[in-house]
Amino acid sequence: MNKINTIHSRFVPLQEENVDTDQIIPARFLKATTRDGFGKNLFRDWRYHNDNELAPKQDFILNDASYSGQILVAGKNFGCGSSREHAAWAIKDYGFLVVVSSFFADIFKNNALNNGLLPITVSEAFLASIFALDKEATLSVCLKNQTITIDATGAVETFEINAYKKTCLLNGYDDIDYLISNKAAIENFEKNRA
Amino acid sequence: MGKTLFEKIWDTHIVQEVTDGPSVLYIDKHFIHEVTSPQAFKGIEDRGISIFRPAHIVATADHNVPTLNQHLPITDALSRFQVDTLIENCKKHGIELYGLGHEHQGIVHVIGPELGITQPGMTIVCGDSHTSTHGAFGTIAFGIGTSEVEMVFASQCLLQTKPKLMRINIEGTLGKGVVSKDIILYIIAKISASGATGYFVEYAGSAVRALSMEARMTICNMSIEMGARGGLIAPDQTTFDYIKGRTFAPAGAAWDTALAYWQTLYSDADAAFDLELTIDAATIEPMITYGTNPGLGIGITKKVPTAADMQDEGEQKNLAKALEYMGLTAGQSLMGMPVQHVFIGSCTNSRIEDLRLVASLVKGKTKNPNVQVMIVPGSQKVAKQVVQEGLDIIFREAGFEIRQAGCSACLGMNEDKVPAGEYCVSTSNRNFEGRQGAGARTLLASPLTAAAAAVNGVITDVRTLL
Repeated sequence: MNKINTIHSRFVPLQEENVDTDQIIPARFLKATTRDGFGKNLFRDWRYHNDNELAPKQDFILNDASYSGQILVAGKNFGCGSSREHAAWAIKDYGFLVVVSSFFADIFKNNALNNGLLPITVSEAFLASIFALDKEATLSVCLKNQTITIDATGAVETFEINAYKKTCLLNGYDDIDYLISNKAAIENFEKNRA
Repeated sequence: MGKTLFEKIWDTHIVQEVTDGPSVLYIDKHFIHEVTSPQAFKGIEDRGISIFRPAHIVATADHNVPTLNQHLPITDALSRFQVDTLIENCKKHGIELYGLGHEHQGIVHVIGPELGITQPGMTIVCGDSHTSTHGAFGTIAFGIGTSEVEMVFASQCLLQTKPKLMRINIEGTLGKGVVSKDIILYIIAKISASGATGYFVEYAGSAVRALSMEARMTICNMSIEMGARGGLIAPDQTTFDYIKGRTFAPAGAAWDTALAYWQTLYSDADAAFDLELTIDAATIEPMITYGTNPGLGIGITKKVPTAADMQDEGEQKNLAKALEYMGLTAGQSLMGMPVQHVFIGSCTNSRIEDLRLVASLVKGKTKNPNVQVMIVPGSQKVAKQVVQEGLDIIFREAGFEIRQAGCSACLGMNEDKVPAGEYCVSTSNRNFEGRQGAGARTLLASPLTAAAAAVNGVITDVRTLL
């Protein structure tokens, strides 16, 4: 897995609440057997009319070339619905490294963390202040200090992250490495309950 | 202090606590299907490791299978390749597969319980958010992502943080025409699509005790629609009677041992919950959704909310967006509104009891000519039972189309889709934009309310037909 620590970037504001994983990546794109290439179908039905790449929906934020960056900022309850990890893969494959919201759905949050995509939960007020920024504004994220900063104003908020997961992201470790290293304890557990 | 049902199961499955982190949780049963497993198999192979406990895994093909002509090769090339990949992976790794054509094949959350694989006290996971269904048997069951599928492949364990616990008591007696789907749609409408995020929910109370296992599964199934990772119900005589004699249920002395353990699985009287709610069953009407998340639902006699009913500007915006997509107007009544499709199926409502309910309402009636009605049984076993009980005759005479088992129009992965702009009363679990096909407009309801819409061709208060 990729390592994450500091990210300094512009951001893409998606001012929608309850963004479900069916919007992030519609079910018809789940027929793949690899993890690659989901980015081109990210928010597919919000991006294009009639599934046609030649007919982009002009008012959708990803189609506005004046927005860019590695940080996606969205309204509360982001990633609700299906457990499809393809949603996290699509966001990552599109080029985002961080998703900021005031509230994440549980399974999406885990899927993001397991893929080196950092979900940052901020207060409603902080989220509103990001949405109020102009499109050239930048954000700075420091995972080590667990802070997100609006560079123009210096406004900073700290965010929570499980200490174990933080270590994983900073070092590029994944859970499987950890679990495999504990195989003896797992076998012992099985023996004792049999 | 006493323990909750959840804690009793959780505590006996902890292999190890991680300092400042999650716990290593042992998983008893791992269900897999064709859509969320291929990348996990690939991951295992790339790491050069084998599957740790293949005997704990059960596979089926359900999400991406056709519901017509299942004996023929799948025509969609991508779908066929995905299903073939599952077959190949299961063969390679020694995993039991109930694929197309197998008598046990069906929707993963229908077959686990009906085969007696799902048993009280277990930890159960699957790469599908509706794994919460199995909680109806007093299990810790939850949906996971593909990386987590890979973790369970590698170690039969997951790193998990203990969730908060909520108990929802539903007390009293349900009114005429009100069924378990209405209970859960009512709860989600009350606490919102994110109201239980971070929690596991135990459902309790006299109204829950009175429900069959199928009805309990419907409630636990939709726990995820209010954000809960899972829902569970303490096992009781109804549970034990359901399991006894099923294909993989314990028998003989093993049954007695299992039963003695299962009977200890309940929340102690002095157990503490982080949040507790009580609902009067008698206040619940047949429910229907009007919006684009399962929390946007109303009693069938109520009107679609207006901006004035919303708590803040954000909610007002969400409502306006949902109503625009649905082609509905704030303040309108849904009753009498024409619909073009009725879908009866999905892991929420495709069990034999659901189909019996539908049959009881439509017996001797025919569907409205302007509605297409599709019934998709949850499993081969349910499909067989439909014929044995003669329900197929009732459905055919009513003009309903009966398909073969699969997830079908619940998520629109296969050919079973609702055309853009058309309305579908659906017994499934999600009314998200495009869920049943790009532009499709889904109204979630119970099997009874769906059957009433099929007969009348318009949204109907089923109580007027009883």
